[in-house]
Amino acid sequence: MSGVFRVRARRRFPWAAVLAVALGGALGSVARYGVSPWIDRGGAGFPWSTLVVNVVGCLIIGAVTVLLEEIGDPHRLVRPFVGVGVLGGFTTFSTCVADVGGLLAAQRPVQATFYLFGTVALGVVSVGCGAASVRAIARQATGSAERAEQS
Amino acid sequence: MTSLLVAMGGACGALARYGIDHAVRRFNRGAFPWATPAVNLLGSFLMALVTGWAAFGGFSPSWVRTLLVTGLCGALTTFSTFGMDTVRLCSGGARSPAVLNVLVTVLGGLVAGGIGFGLAFLLQG
Repeated sequence: MSGVFRVRARRRFPWAAVLAVALGGALGSVARYGVSPWIDRGGAGFPWSTLVVNVVGCLIIGAVTVLLEEIGDPHRLVRPFVGVGVLGGFTTFSTCVADVGGLLAAQRPVQATFYLFGTVALGVVSVGCGAASVRAIARQATGSAERAEQS
Repeated sequence: MTSLLVAMGGACGALARYGIDHAVRRFNRGAFPWATPAVNLLGSFLMALVTGWAAFGGFSPSWVRTLLVTGLCGALTTFSTFGMDTVRLCSGGARSPAVLNVLVTVLGGLVAGGIGFGLAFLLQG
C-alpha cells in the first residue's frame, strides 16, 4: 500500500518548478528585449546587443553556479528560476544564428565568422571568469574567517 | 504591449526547454548534455522558418514575429547553458566532448537555420 503512495508522490507534477521556469523565462526575455535597443543605438549594423547579452549571461551563470555550490544547499527553486528561467530566457542562440544569417545576407562573411566564433569564445571564457572570481572571493572569505577564529 | 508578447513567448520557450531537457535526460544516461544542443538546433530551425516565411512574403504581422522569434525562439534557445556545459565538459579532463559540444551547436545551428530558411522558401515558392 505504501508503495502505491510512493509512486504517486514521485510522479506528482512539479508545479512550483514549472512556474519558476515560466516566470524566470518571461523576465529574462523581457530584459533581453528591453536592453537590446539600448545597446544597439550606437552600433552601425553589427549585432552588438546579442553579443553583449550572451556574454553577460554567461558571466552570471558561471558566478551563480559556483555561488550555489558554495552555499551548499540552496532552495530547490533557485536553479529553475535563475539558471533555467531568467538566464536561459535572457541569453539566446537563435538570435545569434539569425545575426549570422543577416551579416551573410549583407555580404559581410568575415564579420559573420568573427561574430559567431567571437561570441562562442567570449561566452566560454566569461563562464570561466564568473566562476573563478566567485571561487576566489569565497576562498578569501573562508580564509579570513579561519584567521579570525584562530586569533 | 510588445513586452507582454515577449514575456508570453519567453515563458513558453523556457517551459519547452525545461520539458525537453527532462525528456532528453530520461533517455540519455551519458555525461554529454544533449538537451542543450537539441533545444538550440530546434529553436534556430523555428526562428529561420518564421523569419524566412516573412522574408518570402508570407502572412506574418510584426506581432507574430515578436511573439515567436524574440519571445519563443529567444527563450527556447540558450547561450548561458551552452557555455556552462562547455566549461563543465572541459573541466572534466577530456577536451574532446567540449569541442564536440561547440561543433555540434555552432555548425548544427547554422545548418538548422539554413534548413528552416530553405523550407520557408519552398513553402512560399
